[in-house]
Amino acid sequence: MTAAEILAEVFYGLVGLLFLLVGLHARRAAGPGTMLFWLILAFTFIIGPWLPDWVTGLCIVVLAVLTALGRVRSGVSDAPTDEETRKNADRFGGRVFLPAVVLAVTAVLAATFLPFGASNAIGISALAAVIAALLLFHVPARDVPRAAVRDGVRLIDSIGPVGILPQVLAALGALFTAAGVGDVISSAVSGIIPAGSRLAAVAVYCIGMALFTVVMGNGFAAFSVITAGVGVPFLIAQGADPVVVGALGLTAGYCGTLVTPMAANFNIMPAALLEMRSKYGILRAQAPVAAVLLCVHIALMYFLAF
Amino acid sequence: MQAIKLIGVLIIIVGFALKKDTLATVVVAGIATGLAARMGLMDILSTLGSAFLSQRLATLFILTLPAVGLCERYGLRDKATDFISRLKSATTGRVLSFYLLARSLASAASLRVSGHPQFVRPLVAPMALGAAKALFGRVPERAEDEIKAHCAAADNYGNFFAQNCFIGASGTMLIATTLSELGYAADPLHIAAASVPVAVAAVLLGSASNLLFDRRLGRLCTGGRK
Repeated sequence: MTAAEILAEVFYGLVGLLFLLVGLHARRAAGPGTMLFWLILAFTFIIGPWLPDWVTGLCIVVLAVLTALGRVRSGVSDAPTDEETRKNADRFGGRVFLPAVVLAVTAVLAATFLPFGASNAIGISALAAVIAALLLFHVPARDVPRAAVRDGVRLIDSIGPVGILPQVLAALGALFTAAGVGDVISSAVSGIIPAGSRLAAVAVYCIGMALFTVVMGNGFAAFSVITAGVGVPFLIAQGADPVVVGALGLTAGYCGTLVTPMAANFNIMPAALLEMRSKYGILRAQAPVAAVLLCVHIALMYFLAF
Repeated sequence: MQAIKLIGVLIIIVGFALKKDTLATVVVAGIATGLAARMGLMDILSTLGSAFLSQRLATLFILTLPAVGLCERYGLRDKATDFISRLKSATTGRVLSFYLLARSLASAASLRVSGHPQFVRPLVAPMALGAAKALFGRVPERAEDEIKAHCAAADNYGNFFAQNCFIGASGTMLIATTLSELGYAADPLHIAAASVPVAVAAVLLGSASNLLFDRRLGRLCTGGRK
């Protein structure tokens, strides 16, 4: 193993450790199903790489069964009170923004100047930000271990199983590739895209991302399917820059998110929260911007990817 | 019958549309796709497990949560509220455009707040409504609804299109990991950089939409239609 790979395992181990703590915290309030979910997840992160791959595959199936049965609930109620945050805000003032700045700046610096790669840079910056926060907020030495993890545990618990969705979708993409799904979609789409027309390929990819996102309500899920089926064969394999195609592809999908009631937590829930009379008022306000922005995506990809 | 391999895509669409459990839908779709392609069960589990392990990168953003949570405990949200409420902007559209810019910058700096309950309802919507009332004296119900809609929209624009500018964002990681599963190495740092033009375009377009909305609001609040 290289130094970068060892460091990566250390960071994944830390992620696993946080999952373990969520499981232990959630046990009492949310029941054994919830605890089992986080413990199994922690197991895959920490020990998974040293076992046969099918063990991890089986673990994922068990995780899915647990969430499907509704056994995974939120269990950590450790949110700070309004009085507590207000008092702290008055005491520390604008300094509360500093750890976030440390996080963003260290991530870019570590990715650029350290020899461990961009992914390890995230771990490095996360540790730097926690240390900065502990120092800035004058956390007493004896409270450091608890303070360093308690709010992370609370946030992971409130995000819940959806937090690992990107990773599971990437794994789905791998299965799609192994099964040849991309080939099937691309042979279906090849009828629409005139041979050699870059503009048509870019338009089909961006519009396909937006449409699939409208249907599924989730840009992440659309991304694995459309990128395998259209993005790779018609753009990247034709010489387009994968980085540009990927980056613009996902946000082209978000143009679809702006016009779909399926993305209820962004478009429908806030209408209720704001006590609007029209449930679909937010969608109507966003539709023109979404349409123009999708065209901007097509233009940007056409000019930047080739 | 190659089309049978698309069963997984169909399961995803139906599962998401019917709001079935997300994780289970994705796993079922994966297994069904493997079976349709005549892969063995052990082969499917191994593929799933191996890809899940090699893509742990996508979940690395978890490590940033302790610092973010700690900042929240020490008053991050309260200070942001103080900061925004100190502004004195003349029109609804300008309040919204300012919020859009602030939200985009926060997103790009990895601050993943859920904006609607935390900022829009308690802060942005009252300020945007207040600006309209100060300007026109009276705001009809219909205009009030539209103001609220534009407040929620500003939050969505800033949130969606700027978040991938942070290299540790889950979207950035998804792009990097999906591309690498498909056989193309992509550096998250470069993906974050490639996400900047769209973030800028979203701020500009959103602001333009807010400017147009100011003019529409003038018609709605002073014009004949009630």
